[in-house]
Amino acid sequence: MLSIKNLHVSVGDKPILKGINLEIKAGEIHAIMGPNGSGKSTLSHVLSGKGGYTVTEGSATYQGKDLLEMAPEIRAREGVFLAFQYPVEIPGVSNIYLLKAALNSIRKHNGQPEVDAMDFLTLVKDKVRLLEMDEKFLYRAVNEGFSGGEKKRNEILQMAILEPKLCIMDETDSGLDIDALKIVSEGVNSLRSPERAFVMVTHYQRLLDYIKPDFVHVLAHGQIVKSGGADLALELEEKGYSWVEDNQAAA
Amino acid sequence: MNTATASRYAAEYQTIAPVLPGQALPWLKALRAEALMAFSAHGFPSPREEEWRYTNVSGIEKKLFSPSLSLTAGDLDSEWLKSYQLEDTWSVVLVNGHFSAELSNLTDLPSTVSVMSMADALVKQPDKVEKYLGTAADQSEHSFIAFNTAWFTDGLFVHVPVKQVLNKPIQLLHIVTGSDAMATTRNIIIADEMAEAKVIETFVGIDNAYLTAAVTEVFVGSNADVTLYKMQSESDKAYHFGGSYIKQARDARFTHHNFAFGGLLARSDIHADLDHASECELNGLYLGVKRQHIDNHTRINHLKPYAISRELYKGVLDDRARGVFQGRVIVAIDAQKTDSQMNNRNLLLSDDAEVDTKPQLEIYADDVKCGHGVTVGQLDEKSIFYLQSRCVDEETARNMLTFAFANEMVDKIKIRSLHDIVLEQVLARFPQEGVNKEWL
Ligand SMILES: Nc1ncnc2c1ncn2[C@@H]1O[C@H](COP(=O)(O)OP(=O)(O)OP(=O)(O)O)[C@@H](O)[C@H]1O
Ligand SMILES: [Mg+2]
Repeated sequence: MLSIKNLHVSVGDKPILKGINLEIKAGEIHAIMGPNGSGKSTLSHVLSGKGGYTVTEGSATYQGKDLLEMAPEIRAREGVFLAFQYPVEIPGVSNIYLLKAALNSIRKHNGQPEVDAMDFLTLVKDKVRLLEMDEKFLYRAVNEGFSGGEKKRNEILQMAILEPKLCIMDETDSGLDIDALKIVSEGVNSLRSPERAFVMVTHYQRLLDYIKPDFVHVLAHGQIVKSGGADLALELEEKGYSWVEDNQAAA
Repeated sequence: MNTATASRYAAEYQTIAPVLPGQALPWLKALRAEALMAFSAHGFPSPREEEWRYTNVSGIEKKLFSPSLSLTAGDLDSEWLKSYQLEDTWSVVLVNGHFSAELSNLTDLPSTVSVMSMADALVKQPDKVEKYLGTAADQSEHSFIAFNTAWFTDGLFVHVPVKQVLNKPIQLLHIVTGSDAMATTRNIIIADEMAEAKVIETFVGIDNAYLTAAVTEVFVGSNADVTLYKMQSESDKAYHFGGSYIKQARDARFTHHNFAFGGLLARSDIHADLDHASECELNGLYLGVKRQHIDNHTRINHLKPYAISRELYKGVLDDRARGVFQGRVIVAIDAQKTDSQMNNRNLLLSDDAEVDTKPQLEIYADDVKCGHGVTVGQLDEKSIFYLQSRCVDEETARNMLTFAFANEMVDKIKIRSLHDIVLEQVLARFPQEGVNKEWL
């Protein structure tokens, strides 16, 4: 589904990603861990098309197409979804309005007609229930005045409604209490399917207890320094990042 | 100052004076004569005056606008009219500065309530008019007020007696149809003790260069409640001056919603005097496109203790448009415990758009809570990317955010039919792409 080859990315003159290689197949769950400032959010942003980054080398191919060539909204319509580490507040635009706009853009992109108003409401209310949110959130401005945890939940609500193919979740678990984490994880698990892949950026094993990854990668200093199975996360929790960083320095 | 223009108007005045309403009333004749002299000495305001620093009205002086002597409703397109005239209101329609009984609707008015044209009021209730006219709008303030006093041909007169609560809004629909025409109108709104009224002023015109000079004086009695809406959608070649001058008694509540959309050059004054524990809320939205110049000038005078004022003006300026916001809050030495907040937020959509914003707090009392804030900025790139990541293309995202910024003010309108008209006006001025009205 997604093939990242030797990806180098800079902000201004400052190199941040220094040769990322990653293969993600449909149905897989990849966890990306790594110390603060190692480039995890940068990778998520570059994949979803945020401006301000320069790709100096390498490529990212998504479903056979050059992902980096596409405008951010085209990527989104093609099924790439980023759940933000810091979701943005959009005063004056209601949650439900944005959901409708987003869903209809995807449908238009796929040559389908606009969603029926009643069907849409049923779908949205279903997902609101799944994430145990209050329906009132639908009519509030996007993320405005939401608590940190509510914002994260709202990201997953959007994801559940838009049904993307590649779900990139940037620290969705940070700031969630244990109950919210369970609810969000169940929401994510309900979306798991052989056609869909997940990239989960996280600092904590806690999330991986609920959503078991197929692969764990450690990103440090702009490179993937170690990859392994779900066990790697446990090992990391025990030994800390310095263990892999030191390992790499020795090698 | 251009006194040459002033003397041209003075010469014209002799032909129109005999047909102006209230000529039989000595007090009014004297008031008009005094005003004419003041205007002749001054001409229109000059940018040298502090309150007119950012607004140059010399464009008005290049033309000689002429008043129409009588009603010339002519061939008004009824569909066009319908798009501005609200149903379920009492309405006074002024065409080129004259009352049109045919277009107005004053049926089923409670017998104790007066809603009529100013010309009518000067015949039927001259004493009441004499008591109020010119007592909220200070002639020495600037020469547009003097100009208006000398020239006004008609207007709206409203009196709501003690404890009377109007169950329908009153609409003043101000239409100008003539090329190089001038419409000078004077309005008085009186709400006695504990009365409640909602009044809507709608300024529109047919695609012409013309001059509107309207002055509205509002008197809110003690514990009374008045909401005044103003929608200014003049033709894009028109000049508009509109002043609202408000006197609030003890515990009186006044809310103003100012939608400044039209005109080549438009200036609004909103000045309110607050008494003990009065509450005053001023909301404004100005949208400028092309080469429009839109100036809003507010003044809130806290004269006595415990009054509350809240002000929020938002501006969106595109192309080469220029916006001006001058907001003054004056807290007199006696006005302890004043609670006042003034905000002005501006969105510039093009590199050539401009805004001059000048909030001023003048505080002479020592135990008060006063604040103000100003922002001038572009759309937030983070928000644009967030929307893009949710499948929305960049242009649509920009339009959505612009609309959302403006819509905060539209959403404050409590009268449904007016809300819808104002919404249409906002959507018509900015690309509708990205804002699907059906989804709102
Ligand atoms: N716009 C920018 N300008 C300058 N430096 C930047 C910019 N964006 C990111 N960086 C730098 O790039 C590095 C990687 O940042 P990034 O946000 O990708 O880290 P991260 O792995 O997501 O960290 P965290 O775990 O704290 O979220 C950091 O050193 C950061 O300061
Ligand atoms: Mg990060």
